Amino acid sequence: MLGQGVETRNRLKNQMKARVTVTLKSGILDPQGKAIEGALRSLGIVGVSAVRQGKVFDIEIDGADRAKAEALLKHAADKLLANTVIENYRVEILG
Amino acid sequence: MKAAVLVFPGINRERDMARTLRMISGRDPAIIWHTETELPSSTDLVVIPGGFSYGDYLRCGAIAARSPVMDAVRAYAAGGGLVLAVCNGFQIACEAGLLPGVLMRNARLKFICRDIFLKVERSDTPFTRGYNAGQVVRVPTAHGEGNYTADAETIARLEGEGRVIFRYVGPDGARDPAFNVNGSTNAIAGIINDYGNVLGMMPHPENHVEAAIGPTDGRGLFAGLVEALDRAA
Repeated sequence: MLGQGVETRNRLKNQMKARVTVTLKSGILDPQGKAIEGALRSLGIVGVSAVRQGKVFDIEIDGADRAKAEALLKHAADKLLANTVIENYRVEILG
Repeated sequence: MKAAVLVFPGINRERDMARTLRMISGRDPAIIWHTETELPSSTDLVVIPGGFSYGDYLRCGAIAARSPVMDAVRAYAAGGGLVLAVCNGFQIACEAGLLPGVLMRNARLKFICRDIFLKVERSDTPFTRGYNAGQVVRVPTAHGEGNYTADAETIARLEGEGRVIFRYVGPDGARDPAFNVNGSTNAIAGIINDYGNVLGMMPHPENHVEAAIGPTDGRGLFAGLVEALDRAA
């Protein structure tokens, strides 16, 4: 049991949690956001003037080098997670 | 015609496409699984068919566009080879960078599954030589994400270079927002790349080729391709 605990600690030490948030660029029509907006209105939730739907990716990264992790995630976002024709993305290293 | 039809997990229109290719060209297409890294050496037409590759996860066509076979397709297209990309295939081609722009969720949010009318804008491409410019054809469509969008500069370039090949119109050929079923910019239903060898379109010409089923307006596209390839041979 003791050995397992050390292993877990080591693993935790060598991993980072990160988040990539993908949002639609302004000016791109978001019919899903519009539908959600309408649903909120029909629920009587007033005061919401606009909804834009996006995506969140929670990602675990090997290693402890934040700059390297950030570069890796930017590469991943450009290659796959976002379609930069219509979407923007933001990379955060959560620790 | 030595066609190759690509298959990704979740694609479901490859058999309709293969049947039409066989019927019109007299030859069975090769069926190519997404993990292949090469196309058969004599391939003269690559078809990316419709369906729901990878369950439309992430974005329609996004994951299929990154599969090994697409590197081979990019190389093939760069060498001038003909590529026909239909429905999910169009989405895959856009995600793969073979065509500009993106297919967004339909503006009215509904999955559309019915016949629509297309105006053929040009007849001087290998894909449309079986039609007359300005002709209106009736073909089925079946998609939830066919709303063609690109930045203003790209749209202007597509229009300026005559690369919009099909547009959603009314039965009389007139542009009418009521017939632009998915809200596409400029009612765009199909485009070609700058070299003119890659066509992407949302509707399914392969499903209107037999009189027993209904209209046969889709035949022109395939018959034209066979003719274009025969002339090139």
